[in-house]
Amino acid sequence: MVAFSLPQNSKVDTGKAWPKPEGGDLREFRIYRWSPDDHQNPRLDTYHVDMKSCGPMVLDALIKIKNEQDATLTFRRSCREGICGSCAMNIDGTNTLACLKSIDDVKGPVKIYPLPHMPVVKDLVPDLTRFYAQHRSIEPWLKTSTPTPQAEWKQSRPDRAKLDGLYECILCACCSTSCPSYWWNGDRYLGPAVLLQAYRWLIDSRDEGTGERLDNLEDPFRLYRCHTIMNCAKACPKHLNPAKAIAEIKKMMVERRL
Amino acid sequence: MKTPLGMVRGLGSAKTGTEHWWLQRVTAIANIPLVLFLVIFILCHLGADRAALVASVKHPLIAIALIASFLSILWHMRLGMQVVIEDYVHGGWRIACLLGNAFFTIALGVAALYAILSMSFGA
Repeated sequence: MVAFSLPQNSKVDTGKAWPKPEGGDLREFRIYRWSPDDHQNPRLDTYHVDMKSCGPMVLDALIKIKNEQDATLTFRRSCREGICGSCAMNIDGTNTLACLKSIDDVKGPVKIYPLPHMPVVKDLVPDLTRFYAQHRSIEPWLKTSTPTPQAEWKQSRPDRAKLDGLYECILCACCSTSCPSYWWNGDRYLGPAVLLQAYRWLIDSRDEGTGERLDNLEDPFRLYRCHTIMNCAKACPKHLNPAKAIAEIKKMMVERRL
Repeated sequence: MKTPLGMVRGLGSAKTGTEHWWLQRVTAIANIPLVLFLVIFILCHLGADRAALVASVKHPLIAIALIASFLSILWHMRLGMQVVIEDYVHGGWRIACLLGNAFFTIALGVAALYAILSMSFGA
């Protein structure tokens, strides 16, 4: 829903400045903190990290802060190499993966917030329940009526190539949560990540549910809230282009009626 | 207490939207020559009195082009405004705004048609 300002209980206060550690090469990190337990507004805590003993990525600094300064700092992380999508957050104003974002690429203090416009579970952990339900709603699996062959479903090399630029999506939600249309109408608009996934199944030569899939997407809100703003393509840490996938879906919609 | 999937599925797909999207593009393409015509028409009549203007509109091709311009531009305007309303207006206001959008553009269109036809066929 559109709002001109944050609700009172979401306004971010100045938080605690944590003591500077020893070391000469200090970088400043300002990190969004919020806990559901203390009934306080979110705040921006300041930490300093000695870069001489820290890895190059923002996730390295977060882990170092959690290990050495503040064990209560809460964030998701798993693979630390850009394949699990857990550490998606807003760094220096752009949604990206903390494990792929180099600290050197940020000028000045490194500001870290959770993914925008999602309910916050704690600190940098957003609630992605609805996002996952939206992914479930497009039925992201092969749908066929032809009896399953004894061996694999065959696919030609050119048909397989059509999945390139789509299958790499790791569902980190960087794109969807960077999309203003998804901010205002996320309850009905499926968002770039889920629509890219939908297209991944629409274009799969082995799938037999294309028409049914298009039927389910043909909706002023589910699909047509995309106005080609392109924030999704800018944010995607895997360099995919969800806006293009959505445009291809729109072309399929027109193609089947002309 | 609906499940997340139940909420996302909601009332199901409206099975519409493509027509709107397509017509927005069709009217956009039509608007390119029509707006060009309108601009030239206005430039040609800068400072002209009413009699000169009416004399021009009496020409059937000019009257037809004017009618086509108004229909295409207003149609495009309504479709575009509808998108803005659907994007930003929520709750009961959405229906009120969509109705207002429809009535406003139709009223403008009817008034424009009446004006053009009365100049074209009038004394």
